[in-house]
Amino acid sequence: MSVTHLTLRRRLRERGLDGVTLLVLPGVLFVLVLFIYPFIYGLVLSFQPKEGGGWLANYRKFFTEPFLYETIWLTLQIAIPATLLNTVLSVPVALRVRLMKRQKLLTTILVIPITLGTVMVADGLLTYLGPRGWLNRILLEFGISDSPLRLIHNYWGVMLSLVISGFPFTFLLTLSYVTGIDPALEQAGAMLGARSRQRFFRILLPLLAPGLAITLALAFVQAFTVFPSAILLGAPAGPTRVISIVAYQAAFEQFDYPLASAIAMLMALIQVVIIAALLGARTLVFRGPVSTGKG
Amino acid sequence: MHRSLGEKLWSFTIWAVVVFFVLNLLAMIGSVVVDSLGTHWFNTWLPAGFTPQWYVMAWEEFQLPQILLVTAEVVGAVVLISGLIGVPTAYAMARRNFPGKQAVMLLFLLPLLVPPITYGIPMATVLYQAHLAGTIWGVILANLVPTVPFVILIMIPFVEQIDPRIEAAARVFGAGMGRLFVQVLVPLLTPGILAALLLVLVRTIAMFELTFLTSGPTSQTLVVALYYAVFAAGVRSQQSIDAMAVVYMVTTLIWLLIALQFVNPTQIVTRAKQ
Repeated sequence: MSVTHLTLRRRLRERGLDGVTLLVLPGVLFVLVLFIYPFIYGLVLSFQPKEGGGWLANYRKFFTEPFLYETIWLTLQIAIPATLLNTVLSVPVALRVRLMKRQKLLTTILVIPITLGTVMVADGLLTYLGPRGWLNRILLEFGISDSPLRLIHNYWGVMLSLVISGFPFTFLLTLSYVTGIDPALEQAGAMLGARSRQRFFRILLPLLAPGLAITLALAFVQAFTVFPSAILLGAPAGPTRVISIVAYQAAFEQFDYPLASAIAMLMALIQVVIIAALLGARTLVFRGPVSTGKG
Repeated sequence: MHRSLGEKLWSFTIWAVVVFFVLNLLAMIGSVVVDSLGTHWFNTWLPAGFTPQWYVMAWEEFQLPQILLVTAEVVGAVVLISGLIGVPTAYAMARRNFPGKQAVMLLFLLPLLVPPITYGIPMATVLYQAHLAGTIWGVILANLVPTVPFVILIMIPFVEQIDPRIEAAARVFGAGMGRLFVQVLVPLLTPGILAALLLVLVRTIAMFELTFLTSGPTSQTLVVALYYAVFAAGVRSQQSIDAMAVVYMVTTLIWLLIALQFVNPTQIVTRAKQ
């Protein structure tokens, strides 16, 4: 008995299973119980509509009611421009900041809006962009505009909040990828006579592509799930009725958990599709040994 | 090095964008601070006079002492528990190769990649069924979902850089698992643990969505209370809301400054090393 016990133990240890390995169990159990189980529960629940009508009723309802399905388009209209703007701005800025000796002050300032979070940014922008805020005061005082610009409680409020908290995010992420590129590669290009534009498109961009695809994916997912600022700074009944608002309302205002779960599952599905497309595009566009380089 | 006019213009444009962004950001924060201290502010650059009365008002009207207490309890519990679960798990992940390790890694990556509002709604539903939502424990559990994997993923590289022979030596001298952790690993891992837990702390203070979806009237943290105050703007004066915003901002930024002594700002964003 003890012999077989010992050999079993040894065999397990050879496969990497011993007392130390068991330490992963609390972490694994935790994620299974509080992340995976709720997701499966939500998926199953979404096929059990509150008011009957067949297992697909919630999804049918979502795609037949304009009030619901329009939110996909409304959300994309906010999320895609914000993601592209933030990422496109981040690349040249990160390439320039990379050459700076003292980056820490700038990166520290830029990490502030991320740390403060969207609720605080929304409150700050309400004061700053409001009709009596400093921005409109400057525009009026310097004669740039005749009347105060309407920048809050509409599309632009949400867009600006996504730039204020999104640009630092994409910038810092891009910076971390840019600093991973060996400067010797660009110097070699320069020595061989490549102009800065050529160096960017032929050397840096291909090396940066995998990182950029991840940055775009993470930035899109964040912008797509915009929630507090769409309510506080936007027009939650109109142009900024984003998908997370209808999911929240279904769950906590109508107490229709199955419908809310269905909307949450659709949100997850759209995110997965976009991420897969971005990561797929990365391997389609930039293929070859260069993309396996440092970075 | 010689630079052409075009390159100089390009460089100037980039700096102009950065300066414009930073100025707007500072003005946004500044206008909240100024508004919270002003008596009346109407059609002028600065308020007519300055007063601390909005802070006194916010302190009483928004029940700030109770909210700050709940915030401290939630954040403290989340930091402690995510450290207790995360560090041993990270140790095992760093030291052992076992079948299915890739799948386990993916399991830890998912809660960090999926945005909170997406999984928060089904998770809150489950927590309501379990009668945990609305209580402080529901809020703590919800906040642990992203922080436990976060600690694990940050700690793995820190464990990997410790020489395994140190552990082997401790084992040879008869240290069990518990003593190995307390007397050898934790002291060696202190910089990593400190960095990970401070980042968890800053992220939990600012975690809106998960707390919002699972908290009840007595389990609101500062950021959720701020949301409700802004949401119901008009019920109370903007100045007292901004006073509360300043309290939130100071709380967050103090911990950010402490955290930045141990981590690089870029680490706050790059949640997971791929």
